[in-house]
Amino acid sequence: MTFVAKPRVHHPLLPINDIGLTRRDYEGSVSTLCAGCGHDSVSAAVIAACAELSIPPHRFAKVSGIGCSSKTPSYFLDKSHGFNSVHGRMPSVATGANLANRSLYCIGVSGDGDSASIGLGQFAHIVRRRINMLYLVDNNGTYGLTKGQFSATNDKGSTSKRGVPNLYEPIDLVTLALQLGASFVARSFSGDKRQLVPLIKAGIKHHGFALIDVISPCVAFNNHSGSTKSYDYVRHHSESVTKIDYVESGQEITADYEPGTTEDVEMPDGSTLRLSKVDANFDPHDRIKALQYVQRRQSEGEVVTGLLYVDPESPDCHDILETIDTPLNELDFADLCPGNAALAPINQSFR
Amino acid sequence: MSVSYNDFVIRFANVNGSGSASANGMFAKALFRMGIPVATRNIFPSNIEVLPTWFEVRVSDVGYMGRREGVDIMVAMNAETYDEDIAAIKPGGVLLYDNSAALSANRRRSDIREYGIPIAQLMLPEFKDQNQRSLFKNICYLGALAELLNIEFDVISGMVETQFAAKQKLIQPNIHALAVGRKYAREYLAHPFPYQVKRSTAVGDRIMIDGNTAAGIGAVFGGATVCAWYPITPSTSLAEGFEKYAHQLRVDKTTGKNKFAIVQAEDELSAMGIVIGAGWNGARAFTATSGPGVSLMSEFLGLAYFAEIPAVLFDVQRSGPSTGMPTRTQQGDLISAAYASHGDTKHVLLFPSTPRECFDFAADALDLADRLQTPIIVMSDLELGMNDNLSEPLSWDEGRVHDRGKVLDAAGLDAAATFGRYLDVDGDGIGYRTYPGTHPEKGSFFTRGTSRDEYARYTESPEIYGRNMARLQLKWQTARKLVPQAEINSRGHAAGIIYYGTSASPMQETIDLLSEDRIAVDQMRIRSFPFGPEVEKFIDEHDFLFVVDQNRDAQMKTLLVNELSLDPNSLVSILYFEGLSISADTIREQVQTYFNQNKLPRLTGVKS
Ligand SMILES: Cc1ncc(C[n+]2csc(CCOP(=O)(O)OP(=O)(O)O)c2C)c(N)n1
Ligand code: SF4
Ligand SMILES: [Mg+2]
Repeated sequence: MTFVAKPRVHHPLLPINDIGLTRRDYEGSVSTLCAGCGHDSVSAAVIAACAELSIPPHRFAKVSGIGCSSKTPSYFLDKSHGFNSVHGRMPSVATGANLANRSLYCIGVSGDGDSASIGLGQFAHIVRRRINMLYLVDNNGTYGLTKGQFSATNDKGSTSKRGVPNLYEPIDLVTLALQLGASFVARSFSGDKRQLVPLIKAGIKHHGFALIDVISPCVAFNNHSGSTKSYDYVRHHSESVTKIDYVESGQEITADYEPGTTEDVEMPDGSTLRLSKVDANFDPHDRIKALQYVQRRQSEGEVVTGLLYVDPESPDCHDILETIDTPLNELDFADLCPGNAALAPINQSFR
Repeated sequence: MSVSYNDFVIRFANVNGSGSASANGMFAKALFRMGIPVATRNIFPSNIEVLPTWFEVRVSDVGYMGRREGVDIMVAMNAETYDEDIAAIKPGGVLLYDNSAALSANRRRSDIREYGIPIAQLMLPEFKDQNQRSLFKNICYLGALAELLNIEFDVISGMVETQFAAKQKLIQPNIHALAVGRKYAREYLAHPFPYQVKRSTAVGDRIMIDGNTAAGIGAVFGGATVCAWYPITPSTSLAEGFEKYAHQLRVDKTTGKNKFAIVQAEDELSAMGIVIGAGWNGARAFTATSGPGVSLMSEFLGLAYFAEIPAVLFDVQRSGPSTGMPTRTQQGDLISAAYASHGDTKHVLLFPSTPRECFDFAADALDLADRLQTPIIVMSDLELGMNDNLSEPLSWDEGRVHDRGKVLDAAGLDAAATFGRYLDVDGDGIGYRTYPGTHPEKGSFFTRGTSRDEYARYTESPEIYGRNMARLQLKWQTARKLVPQAEINSRGHAAGIIYYGTSASPMQETIDLLSEDRIAVDQMRIRSFPFGPEVEKFIDEHDFLFVVDQNRDAQMKTLLVNELSLDPNSLVSILYFEGLSISADTIREQVQTYFNQNKLPRLTGVKS
């Protein structure tokens, strides 16, 4: 199936991709997130990646749960259909969407609350089911949309918040995905375009389930007691946590560092995140080594970024289910209904 | 001794897991193959082994297929339940039991007949293996019954042969066990047996099938390609039925690949999410569950209602609340299904009464879901879903094709002046949708559970929100015209009886019993919610109305009162909710009581 997009008048300075489109053709509506929100950087990276891949924009299907992060599919690829579903259940919707039409590129966007708390069960099972999709977690370590409550991905060790300590063990979606058999696992940082865009491209092209856990700072809620924007502060100093009427606009936090090096990033809550980029010698084909590496670095206070594991050969859900190559939603009546004659032997078997 | 033919209730009392199910099933099937109408009911525990289980067969040449109170023949094979089993026998009835151990004197009843067969002793010398011995006990009483009831031996032994076609080695020992039981009965037991069978033509061309299997086949014919489910009694066999027939009928001949996808999800939330994701992306999808699953699916059902996504859900109801009596039947989910989810949400329900209707409604539900772009819930129950029932043969109208509803393809989008997903172009409350990936430039939209305008753009405008909710209400009115109509039998009587689902099985018998009491009632079998104009008309035309509900809280009555703005006192509830299916005796008694208490005239009720 080929789709030829209609020629448009292009901005003379924008690069044109192999199918004659510019990144404008991959954009969405204007973001309503806070200025400087890491999630917007992720959307920008998705737009860049899709444009560079020269895939017709309407051949994507976008799905998400609920949260600031889950709103972002509105902000990219407005030529494709999107589905902002319910909190924590994007994996099941993505599963159904992928079963119905295997020919579309499926991009799911979720948050840390969406995937590691309410949706942890669905997250675990979509990994097991090997749905062919790119699954992005915009991980800000907080519940942005409900105004800054703790999330389950807050790491006790590495992010060492200056304020209220996180009392509970963190859930790390990367190690979980590795354990559950994901065939593409990566971590990145929203502000590191140089790393994120190629990872997104690889994730889209990967045949099977691709997770990218993107650390994506929330500039509005910081979760430490010294901050006037923290959940605790707001809870104690305001009648209702929903009455925040002034959000300081933040700066996009960026990082640009070489493979094999580390970079300390100042987070909006004042903490420092030490990112450690895997180097060229890292072998991303060994699941057990990847797990060990991530966990060892984690214990040393570093967050490993990069492509941690990939198995280009593994089957996806359609391979496992042995579904026909034609998308199920394109099968016609003759394919689907065996007709009255087929009922005669069935009736006979019940006599 | 007088002998009655083709008219009795036989109940087998066994221990769960003892292999009795296949012997008992063969008994029922043998009578069916002799042309005699039978209805089977499996009354089983929520357990795999050891607990008591009963299998009841109603045999009725006149075709009364509802449950009847009282047992004529009790095959008591579980000493643990002797007391209640013996108590259930009607005066003049028969107790058939294993007298290898003597029945204690205090259990004896003078008003019933005892038929003791030393089954354990008979089996001891015949089969060395302990497991075989206990398995063949079931076959042994089957042989004895064949002799006593006059079941054609060829029919029963033929059945053994087909049953064990794959395990040839078992055929001979089975036939032998049959013969042992038969010989003992012939030589030592009193003849003639008071209940006997003889070949009949009453079955006609009907088949014997359970509702879940029929619904599963219906989903294949109805074009479902995605099935997501999570195991729960009594719905599991529906998904399994779909799987079995999809593998038979929907595998591509050249590639050997499947034209369907079945996912056993991690829970019901996920099952419904998968159905909604698939429906959004243009596949016909369904799930099957029971009450607890419907509770879990509620949030998603609201999303599908508001975002207008086709979805089909089979709710094979069981006794609630909570885990309730998970292996017993009930019609207890009407309210929770009709209004599943928060906010102003309501869903189309279909109420099948027979396996044939399970088949038909499966395909209808898939059509209606696409046409109305909303969830359709098929309200079956354990009684219908899991028991083998007599049914009209399944058939598919040759002219019938699937109705995919209002979907614009690329050419349609090019031809359309504008596209707004939620624009009510036709004035029926239903917009046009597009599948993802249809057109490079046109027709994409963002689906969400939040408020949006006609062009699917997010909005919090009070006016636009209100307009959208009003349109959904208009769509509900459209649904009234499209759903299966109520089946009405009106002869101008003053009284009417309203029922649905499996309360249909005892209805003919109920009407006949009531006429013995000189009570005549018109009948209406509701087949769907929302209620069509014919339901309102029937209610208007009758002075007093009974509503039969197999639940405590009169849930159908509630829906009628609520949706048609009726005076609650205008409907009299007939209720049964103890986990077996409702019997004609129960309905008759409650109707009679009402007539007596209100001193209503009998059989003078024909309106001029
Ligand atoms: C069933 C349900 N419970 C609670 C909520 C409220 N809620 C909306 S978003 C959210 C948390 C979002 O956090 P996350 O997924 O991390 O997204 P972020 O906003 O941080 O990007 C919650 C709890 C909801 N929408 N639905
Ligand atoms: S609240 Fe946080 S996560 Fe949400 S949009 Fe603002 S910065 Fe982003
Ligand atoms: Mg978050």
